[in-house]
Amino acid sequence: MKESVLIAGVGKRFAAIQALQEVTLSVGEGELFGFIGADGAGKTTLFRILATLLLPDEGRAEVLGLDVVRSYRDIRKRIGYMPGKFSLYPDLSVAENLRFFASVFGTTVEKNYELIRDIYSQLEPFKTRRAGKLSGGMKQKLALSCALVHRPEVLFLDEPTTGVDAVSRKEFWQMLGRLREQGMTILVSTPYMDEAVLCDRIAFMQEGRMLALDTPTGITTLFRKPLFAIRARETWRLLCALRASPHAASVYAFGSALHYTDNRPAVRVDELLAALQAEGFTDVSVSVIQPGIEDTFIALMEEKQGSAHV
Amino acid sequence: MSEPVIHTDKLTKRFGDFVAVDALSLTISGGEIFGFLGANGAGKTTAIRMLTGLLAPTSGKATVAGFDLYTGAEGVKRNIGYMSQRFSLYDDLTVRENIRFFAGIYGLTNQAIKEKSRQLLESLKLVDVADTRLASLPLGWKQKLAFSVAILHEPKIVFLDEPTGGVDPVTRRRFWDMIYEASERGLTIFVTTHYMDEAEYCDRLCIMGDGKVAALDRPEAMKRQFGVESMNEVFLQLARPKKTE
Ligand SMILES: Nc1ncnc2c1ncn2[C@@H]1O[C@H](COP(=O)(O)OP(=O)(O)OP(=O)(O)O)[C@@H](O)[C@H]1O
Ligand SMILES: [Mg+2]
Repeated sequence: MKESVLIAGVGKRFAAIQALQEVTLSVGEGELFGFIGADGAGKTTLFRILATLLLPDEGRAEVLGLDVVRSYRDIRKRIGYMPGKFSLYPDLSVAENLRFFASVFGTTVEKNYELIRDIYSQLEPFKTRRAGKLSGGMKQKLALSCALVHRPEVLFLDEPTTGVDAVSRKEFWQMLGRLREQGMTILVSTPYMDEAVLCDRIAFMQEGRMLALDTPTGITTLFRKPLFAIRARETWRLLCALRASPHAASVYAFGSALHYTDNRPAVRVDELLAALQAEGFTDVSVSVIQPGIEDTFIALMEEKQGSAHV
Repeated sequence: MSEPVIHTDKLTKRFGDFVAVDALSLTISGGEIFGFLGANGAGKTTAIRMLTGLLAPTSGKATVAGFDLYTGAEGVKRNIGYMSQRFSLYDDLTVRENIRFFAGIYGLTNQAIKEKSRQLLESLKLVDVADTRLASLPLGWKQKLAFSVAILHEPKIVFLDEPTGGVDPVTRRRFWDMIYEASERGLTIFVTTHYMDEAEYCDRLCIMGDGKVAALDRPEAMKRQFGVESMNEVFLQLARPKKTE
């Protein structure tokens, strides 16, 4: 496969903070590539380097075969970048913002309307409203439309769906899927693990390093313990009870269930069940489940920071 | 349940011709964790801004913490805490300066501020970093601090507008631990979120659609009503009804 993005040994330091350290990876043409990791893991710094807004201290990076330091002008014309923080003009209307971004790249909204229709159509009833008066999620949708309106070859999206509602997130990812089919390369960071699953490959970042790089299924194989889903009506009381148990290795809420790992090597469902029933949880249920990306993410983070500030 | 801490009757906000919040009627009891959901632009933030006294309603009635929104604005402000999307601290102030600044805003006396600061730094285990600028602290610590500062003046209700937006899976769960602990102590929580797993942690949910209440119930009851397993599925069905696509 042809490579759209190449990152080789990239490092970046800000005063006392090593924001990126020896990051090496490449993203193929037409790939949908995800970045996950806690706040400060280095995702935004990496995106800014690739978008030619920040120079790397070490290593090199190429976008579409062009060096990010030497050929930044050519790169900028061919990529779309949506920063985590808004890049809109609050005093311009919705339509004016979009028209402005199109004209900067020498194109028109009409020409590429197909590309942004799914997202932009939700804002069209509010076309004349100033961007500053949109709700948080509506601003996010407009910023995304603006990053797409010149039909970039590579798209960098830094947490594009933060603040976006669940229905729109779903539509948004369907749209990313269609853009990929048309050959666009997409790099996206997200705090939503249900989105990470939809990527071809994902990189897990922590403290400036890339700790894992794999397909979503591959990533979940890093979770090695047996995992249990435990449910009872009183979820919070159950959570406290399990946390207080000397056998608990980890307990996390997952919607209406708790995901639990035990520190005994071969604990059985019926043992766990009996222990909880003895504690007065008469309606409790326990089952063995397959770990998902969110479980793996949590486990990787715990592994790295120990129980320092739990 | 105890007496209502929030009661609204046809509370409405218009911006010109546009109705952002349309005759909202709600009753929320003391100690409840009340989840306020809805699609982008449904009117959640606008409703919160009215209930916190930041924005004047166009019409309708409301009492918050026992005070009338129109005639008891001062009483409302003294009895509520507010934390907006992500959080509302100053990154370039130190931990101690942030506490002092916000305590000042809430009208605490110098003596009380000193005492509160000491207590807070100890209980959050932030004594060692008290004079560190916030920018260099981990997100989880900042969130803890932001929440604690929002309830420093011991309000009856705290409004949390997308407190976990963009927050990683571990840190947002720690945030919910704090919400639960505060609720156990009797604080009423009014929270918005776009994470549907978090919707499941609420005692009761209101799903807004175009400024109106589309559903109002306990999460289990909503799931049962729609015959689905998760709030995500409920939301997908409810949040944007009758839309073309
Ligand atoms: N000052 C204003 N002037 C005009 N319209 C406004 C103003 N403030 C808010 N609106 C509009 O009111 C509607 C509701 O906005 P609000 O911020 O309450 O939504 P929300 O439910 O919080 O959405 P989100 O989930 O995206 O945060 C939106 O259409 C918004 O553009
Ligand atoms: Mg809002």
